[in-house]
Amino acid sequence: MSLFELPILPMSATSVAGGCASGGCATGGCASGGCSTARPDQASETSRREFLKTATTLTLGAMSLTLLPGAMAGDESSSATTPPGGSHPQAKKPMYGFLIDTTRCTGAGKCLTACRVENGVPEGQARTWVERYVHFKDGRVEVDLVPEIGYAASGEPQPEAEDVLRAYFVPKLCNQCVDAPCNQVCPVHASIKSPEGIELVDTDRCIGCGYCVQACPYGIRYMNHETNVADKCNWCYHRVMRNEQPACVEACPTGARVFGRIDDPDSEISKRLATLPTSVLKQHLGTIPLTRYVGLTDEVT
Amino acid sequence: MEYHALHDAPFIFPNDAHPAWSIMIVIYPYITGMVAGAFVVSTMYHVFHREGLRPVARLAVVTSLCLGACATLPLLLHLHQPLRALNVVATPSPSSAMAGFGFIYSFYMLVLLIDVWLLFRPAIVERAHSAPGPWKNVYRVLALGVLEITPRAAEIDRKLIHALSVIGIPAACILHGYVGFLFGAIKANPWWSTAMMPVIFLTSAVVSGIAVLTLLYLFLCRSSRMEPEEECMQALSRLLWMFLVLAVAFEFADLLHVAYEREEEWHVIRELLVTKLRFSYLTLQVLIGSLLPLLILPIPAFTRVASAGFRHACTGVAAVLVLVQVAAMRWNVVVGGQLFSKSFRGFVDYPVTWLGREGLLAAAVVLAMPMLLLWGAMKLLPVWPPNPESDSGVKA
Repeated sequence: MSLFELPILPMSATSVAGGCASGGCATGGCASGGCSTARPDQASETSRREFLKTATTLTLGAMSLTLLPGAMAGDESSSATTPPGGSHPQAKKPMYGFLIDTTRCTGAGKCLTACRVENGVPEGQARTWVERYVHFKDGRVEVDLVPEIGYAASGEPQPEAEDVLRAYFVPKLCNQCVDAPCNQVCPVHASIKSPEGIELVDTDRCIGCGYCVQACPYGIRYMNHETNVADKCNWCYHRVMRNEQPACVEACPTGARVFGRIDDPDSEISKRLATLPTSVLKQHLGTIPLTRYVGLTDEVT
Repeated sequence: MEYHALHDAPFIFPNDAHPAWSIMIVIYPYITGMVAGAFVVSTMYHVFHREGLRPVARLAVVTSLCLGACATLPLLLHLHQPLRALNVVATPSPSSAMAGFGFIYSFYMLVLLIDVWLLFRPAIVERAHSAPGPWKNVYRVLALGVLEITPRAAEIDRKLIHALSVIGIPAACILHGYVGFLFGAIKANPWWSTAMMPVIFLTSAVVSGIAVLTLLYLFLCRSSRMEPEEECMQALSRLLWMFLVLAVAFEFADLLHVAYEREEEWHVIRELLVTKLRFSYLTLQVLIGSLLPLLILPIPAFTRVASAGFRHACTGVAAVLVLVQVAAMRWNVVVGGQLFSKSFRGFVDYPVTWLGREGLLAAAVVLAMPMLLLWGAMKLLPVWPPNPESDSGVKA
């Protein structure tokens, strides 16, 4: 029964009729010339009971209706993210993965500029970044961010080569967790998973509460201070849907970033995943990231 | 090896530089805590028949209502898209803890509103007949057009008030326990992620509710040149002491557990406590806000030493300190949890600003608004209990 089919209770009529039928008149109401004067407290109570009934029914009906748009919102989002040219909605969607090979990354910073330009990322915020880990001979480990313009152009003082035991670069981006905490906590369906398993932000729906920013264990999400909604790396979903590579992958000069279909055994990422030992960030949290790393050390968080 | 060498190699993730949650998110649990706590005090009288609390029972529900009416303000001020705020109830995501807020809050406020209306109905109806000029119409509207109360209606009201108070207890507990859960369920943050968080929030909520009521009672008595009732003050002191013991015990049990087990997150939390939160946690929350009132409160709660004025002053000072403790606790949880990067290799600063939507000035206005509402409500409704002789059957 829909809300519109619910019986509308005629409050005053019901209370008067009910009073007569139940014998209220026999107590002297009719005899005295009017039901309403017979037992004013009874009439007002009946009226109040009917009012409460109607109000409760309408409130519950309205509350149940509010759940519908939520469910429908998920459907809308799913259909909205169906790739152009995609086949039947029931057809099997491709599964994508991302591989970061830290042994190949040279900290060139090309990926950072490519991402910022491609996605219009505001200054001071980042969808992706590259960390440099420097292990010194005295046991210290220092971490810093690779500048977008590269170390040479940045003019920052660099550690002396003879003091350094080893150093490596670790690019960071969205881990596209299968069990994504950011998706779980979003109160309004603004965090949505595409049919291909890529976590997206519905910027028209986001209320800007920042709960997803807190929930992401990897610090990937941020409140975009230009759009005032949550923002994050989405593996350049718009490019992927055009059968293009994410901007950072395309810009990487050394092949440290590999993106592709992990359900295709002939793809480069599948071949490298099959031959290289890989791991994920913060595995103990159980988020099941789809971004996997080659050469991850204990120091990397 | 995730949590190590925080000071050796400070490094923060680029998006962690600016905490996403501001002072408004500190105020939000502060106000909702008082909402729940004040209501619990009223139920102590209406449900558990603690007669000593009779003078503040009505004040408690009105205070709870006024605080509750302002509980969503800090959230609205914090939202980056406040015009979409109602999406939380229009398109709620069942998997999100936050999505439950609209429903839990609405339910609680509905219970509270009906409770207050029933409680004050005799007074409203009486004033609808006796109030001068336009005020008569105001009370007629407040009475919802029902301008007489029969003995049977009064009896039903009494039963309803009891039932609503009984329903209100779990509702108030859920409301604030749920706020704690919002933080406790964030596994990304070791300072927040604990199953104890709802319990910690709930007990501190009750503490803050009792404290704010105590101060209001003292202030109102003084402003209307009345002597605070000795029995009421003692009952409030005892309640405050008991719930403070519980709150502090839960807070420290959780911290002690992490510290003693040397869980991996302890290294971050230890650094946090001895550096960024040294003043707000160790000094404000622990020493001034917890230990001092725990030492002061037994005097008015369990002894009759010195004069009544001295004992009341002790209760008042302890209540102020307890409010400082709860405010510091909210700050330490909300802001403290954002002062370390998720890299666990460095700390960030929280820039406190005076102006702006999320500045200190706005926070002060938000905190003052419930008190303004209460002032208005007290002009309309008699918060002091009626004389037992003139009691119309509804338990005041």
